[in-house]
Amino acid sequence: MSNIRDMPNGQTMEVRVWRSDGEGGRFEGFDVPQRESQTILDVVSWIQQNADSTLSYRFACRVGMCGSCAMMVNGQPRWTCRTHVKKVLKNNRLTVEPLRNLPVIKDLVADMDPFFDKWVKAEGVFHPSKTRADAIEAISSEHPMRVEADRAIECINCAVCYAACDVVEANPDYLGPAALNRAWTLMNDERDAGHDVRLDAVSQKGGCHNCHSQQSCVRFCPNELNPTASIAGLKRETAKSFFRRRD
Amino acid sequence: MLDLRLYMAQRISALIMIPLTLGHIAMMIYAVQGGLSAGEILARTQGSLAWMLFYGSFVAAVSVHAAIGLRVILFESFKIKETILNALSWTVFLGLLYMGARAVYAVTAL
Ligand code: SF4
Ligand code: SF4
Ligand code: FES
Repeated sequence: MSNIRDMPNGQTMEVRVWRSDGEGGRFEGFDVPQRESQTILDVVSWIQQNADSTLSYRFACRVGMCGSCAMMVNGQPRWTCRTHVKKVLKNNRLTVEPLRNLPVIKDLVADMDPFFDKWVKAEGVFHPSKTRADAIEAISSEHPMRVEADRAIECINCAVCYAACDVVEANPDYLGPAALNRAWTLMNDERDAGHDVRLDAVSQKGGCHNCHSQQSCVRFCPNELNPTASIAGLKRETAKSFFRRRD
Repeated sequence: MLDLRLYMAQRISALIMIPLTLGHIAMMIYAVQGGLSAGEILARTQGSLAWMLFYGSFVAAVSVHAAIGLRVILFESFKIKETILNALSWTVFLGLLYMGARAVYAVTAL
C-alpha cells in the first residue's frame, strides 16, 4: 500500500459500511483517505487492512473477471473492483452494503446460493447431444444462433443484475436475469439437446414470463449484457412451443 | 406469479382486445358525429347478435386480461399466498365478467 500516494491534500471521505453477523445489522462509519484511481474495492480493503481487520468481504481477480466482488454502493449494485470512487462519491460520502436480494452471511458477504441454485433451476446447464466418440460439430461464428448466443455469453456471474431486479425482490421464486440469460445462450447452442426441458424450466411459476422488461438488469450489468432481450427471446420461444407442443 | 398458461391467456386476450377497442372507438365516434340519441343507438343494438358477440367477446377478454394483470400487482405488492391469490384472481375475473355481461345484455337483448 505504501507505494500508492494519498491525495496531496490528505483528504478523506466518510464511508458507511454495513456490519452484520447474518441476523440484523447496522452501519459503521470509517474515515478513509482518498487516493488517485481508487476503486470501491480499494476502499473496503483499506478499511479491512488499516481500521478493522474483522471486516468480511469477497473478491478474487480485482480486474472484472471473476464476478465475486459485487456490492451495493450508494444503493446501487456495482462490481466494486472496477468502480472508481470518483464516479460514485456523493457529498464526500459512500455507503457500502452487501448485494440486495440475497441473504447475508457476514458484513459485505452475500450468500450466493439462491442465485446459483436458480441457474440450475433454469436448466442453465448444457445437455450434450453427442458422445466423445462423435466428431466435433463445426459451428460457424456467423450462424444467427451463434451470433445471438455470443451477445449474451460474457456473463461473469456477479449477480449485479439479480440485485438490481425488482421482480426478484417482489417474487422470491423468480429465476432472475442472469439465470434466464444463461438459459437463452443454451437455447441458441445447436449442440444442446435440452431445449424442451429448458423451455419447461423457464415456464415455471418463477419463470421468464414474470419479467416486466423494465431493464434494471441491462442498466447495471457491468459487462453491458442485455438479459431483458434474452428473456424476451425465451418468452417468444415458450409462446411458440405453447402451440407447437399442444399438437 | 405468471406461468406460461397465464402469460399466454394475458397476451391472447390483449390481441383480441386490440381490434375490438379500435372498433369500439370507431363506433363511438360514428355515433357522436352522426348525433345518434341513446334511444337510436339502442334501437340498433337491441336484438343484434353481431353486437352481442362483439361486446360479449370484449367483456370476456377484458375480464381475463384484467384479472391476470391485477393478480401480478397483488402478488408483487403484498406477497399473497397462492391459494388466496387464486381465489382473488377468480373473483376479479368472475366479477368483471358478471358486470360486463349484464351491460351487454342490457344493450343487446330484446
Ligand atoms: S428486465 Fe426483467 S430481469 Fe431485468 S430487471 Fe427488469 S424484471 Fe428483472
Ligand atoms: S448478466 Fe451481467 S450483471 Fe448479471 S450476472 Fe452476468 S455479468 Fe453480472
Ligand atoms: S474482484 Fe473479480 S470481478 Fe471484481
